[in-house]
Amino acid sequence: MDLQYTQEQLAFKGEIASFLKAKLPERLSERIRQGQDLTKADMEEWHAILNAAGYLSGGWPAEFGGAGWDAVQRHIFEDEMSKANAPRIVPFGLSMLGPVLQAFGSKEQQDHYLPRILNGDDWWCQGYSEPGAGSDLAAVRTTAVREGDHYIVNGQKTWTTLGQFANMIFCLVRTSKEGKLQEGISFLLIDMETPGIEVRPIVLIDGTPEVNEVFFDNVKVPVENLVGEENKGWTYAKYLLTHERTNIAGVGFANAGLENLKRIARLEQDGGKPLIENPHFAARIARVEIELMAMSTTNLRVVSQAAAGQAPGAESSMLKIKGTVVRQEINALTRMAVGPYAMPFASDALEDGSNAELVGPDYAAPVTGEYFNNRKLSIFGGSNEIQRTIISKAILQL
Amino acid sequence: MNFDLTDERQMLQDGLRRLLADSYTPAAHKAIEEGDTGFSADIWNSLAEMGVVGALFGEDDGGFAGAGFDLALVFEEMGRVGAVDPLIDTAVLGGGLVAALGDDGQKKLVDEVIGGGAQLAFAHVEPTSRYDLARVDATAAKAGDGYALTGRKAVVVNAPAAEHLLVSARTSGKAADESGISLFLVPAGAAGLRLRSYPLVGGGQAAEVTLDNVPAELVGPEGGAYEAIAAANARAVLAISAEALGLMEVIKDLTIDYLKTRKQFGVPIGKFQVLQHRMSDVALEVEQARSAVINLAGHVDAAPEVRDVHVSATKNLIGTVARLVVEESIQMHGGIGMTNEYELGHLAKRLTMVDHRFGDADHHLERFIALAVA
Ligand SMILES: Cc1cc2nc3c(=O)[nH]c(=O)nc-3n(C[C@H](O)[C@H](O)[C@H](O)COP(=O)(O)OP(=O)(O)OC[C@H]3O[C@@H](n4cnc5c(N)ncnc54)[C@H](O)[C@@H]3O)c2cc1C
Repeated sequence: MDLQYTQEQLAFKGEIASFLKAKLPERLSERIRQGQDLTKADMEEWHAILNAAGYLSGGWPAEFGGAGWDAVQRHIFEDEMSKANAPRIVPFGLSMLGPVLQAFGSKEQQDHYLPRILNGDDWWCQGYSEPGAGSDLAAVRTTAVREGDHYIVNGQKTWTTLGQFANMIFCLVRTSKEGKLQEGISFLLIDMETPGIEVRPIVLIDGTPEVNEVFFDNVKVPVENLVGEENKGWTYAKYLLTHERTNIAGVGFANAGLENLKRIARLEQDGGKPLIENPHFAARIARVEIELMAMSTTNLRVVSQAAAGQAPGAESSMLKIKGTVVRQEINALTRMAVGPYAMPFASDALEDGSNAELVGPDYAAPVTGEYFNNRKLSIFGGSNEIQRTIISKAILQL
Repeated sequence: MNFDLTDERQMLQDGLRRLLADSYTPAAHKAIEEGDTGFSADIWNSLAEMGVVGALFGEDDGGFAGAGFDLALVFEEMGRVGAVDPLIDTAVLGGGLVAALGDDGQKKLVDEVIGGGAQLAFAHVEPTSRYDLARVDATAAKAGDGYALTGRKAVVVNAPAAEHLLVSARTSGKAADESGISLFLVPAGAAGLRLRSYPLVGGGQAAEVTLDNVPAELVGPEGGAYEAIAAANARAVLAISAEALGLMEVIKDLTIDYLKTRKQFGVPIGKFQVLQHRMSDVALEVEQARSAVINLAGHVDAAPEVRDVHVSATKNLIGTVARLVVEESIQMHGGIGMTNEYELGHLAKRLTMVDHRFGDADHHLERFIALAVA
């Protein structure tokens, strides 16, 4: 048992830290620190900086232009990124579709799409969920019917994160109604410029237009956009979901959130003293910090297993639950910390380019919005209820 | 022991429920959100016409009810439709304070409030006073026949629409002393008064108020306003707790309906036992909230040492249950619960904000420890 990083790992950590110090634009880290929204251009700018340094594809294998980082290195990278308040990498192309294409895509698909992901030529979004298929993802009803060289796609996807920025969407579509639901699903790549696609924004509870509905009306998709085999999409989808679940604990985000909470609690006054000196509030912070310390180690235990070649399994469900609960608690405490200044509705002032004056201390403005927005953490990527079912079935065998 | 409503209260409840159901249509909510006062003048007028504002005042003050149970009844109904009318600010706090401290001339304002013709706001909280009722840094200096106020007031709900502000300021004493706090009446537009207005999460409007030598009229005894402020605050806690209860009830009903209708894996999600148990916990905690509101309604006009124990017990419980109800209802709705458009969104935000006015659950836990445990 050794809780320290190896010399090489420490050197890697140092390399990432100095890269971030030198290359992360302060304008972007400031926006992240203050909880302000990023524009599409901001995210693209950051991807380009990471790509130029070879870090964007760090987790990809060398044969696809990546650095082949193992799970520990990926963890170190993500940790340093959150510590530095770097914008997070938009995951849809890089950590969702990329690995699927590498494992199951054709040579042509790999050669065409993978470089475009790195170069920022394509912005991907994830078309899994439908109005009737959320937790029960295998119930997808969007159909793709083969007609000659094309599939004709009809139906609707929903909750599509950042679909408003995307030019490409990867979809689970129904290609067969025979047999089990899971056996009639295919994995299709669709150009969002194709006639018959309509994207409608959904405004979330905090006022941000973060997700969308995507409608398909007789959309023609070339057959070469099918990934792998027809009716095998469920296997690829599940593979993708395990990738979605690495870094699911969000330890870095939790650490950054905890630090922000403590900073606020030092600045807020309660009864003429800093709030952090209030024993009840301090106890609440302590409880969440103690959870986070243990969770970081649970996370590293799973990460080292993965680095040793074991695929992330049902343990990642444990991390998903703990990680989201801890982050949501930090959000709730931060909301409590700002007291009456949680009430002003500040959405407009947080938009890029807004010169609306903030109300109260600047750290208070994003707090209520983030509290509500992060309720999503326990809903998406497989809800926490679904994760508990996975644990009870796969680990506990109940 | 009798927990039934009297005939008068039953009539008020029936009428109010009908009025609110007719008024608070989705279109009305939308129009209010897009308007610039934070509430609907039409709805306000019909509430006043029905006597809802009058029901919050005793007969001595020109009203016709005014007991704790009347407040509880009115505000629970308001909560049930997610109403955003500034009844707490104009009537319970503003009107209540003038009724308690004002002279005969000033009390004409109470009649105007009851008739629906005046909007008020209570400018008391300051940027660093948090939930501490006695922490007043704004100052009042004698100036000619009257006073001049200087200081800053934070998140003054309904200030943008108010014709008069009731402003607390110190005429003597130190930052957190109960004595030395006085109450003043300041007309909107007074010289040296600056408002920076903004919308609130969950509806309504507020302003940051800056006072720079603002001429003001004293209401009540110089330096002796604290007890009246504490009494009005207690009634405001009752009002907002009852509103929270109404919000909890509708959120609970919405969620139960959703569990019965939303299907995944071929069955209504309400068939999953884990959700059944969690919904049961929500339901039983809402019953606790109802009892807590009843407790406070029965003691809101009691002697301060009795009253304040109930204020803190009720507000602590309401804050705690509110968070459970909001988080569980969003979770059990899945993605739909995260949207702005679905009615849960507005209700959940309004219920969450209850914990940020008049003291949050932690603040009242500490007060309760000091008053009843230690
Ligand atoms: C902000 C946000 C962004 C998203 N982004 C994307 C995206 O980019 N692409 C995409 O494809 N999808 C996305 N999603 C969709 C997300 O994956 C779904 O919301 C999620 O799968 C839950 O589905 P649902 O919303 O239909 O809820 P439902 O499945 O209807 O669930 C409702 C409630 O029932 C519970 N439940 C369901 N089944 C069971 C069971 N068997 N046992 C116990 N409890 C159960 C759930 O846990 C939940 O509490 C996003 C969602 C959100 C909120």
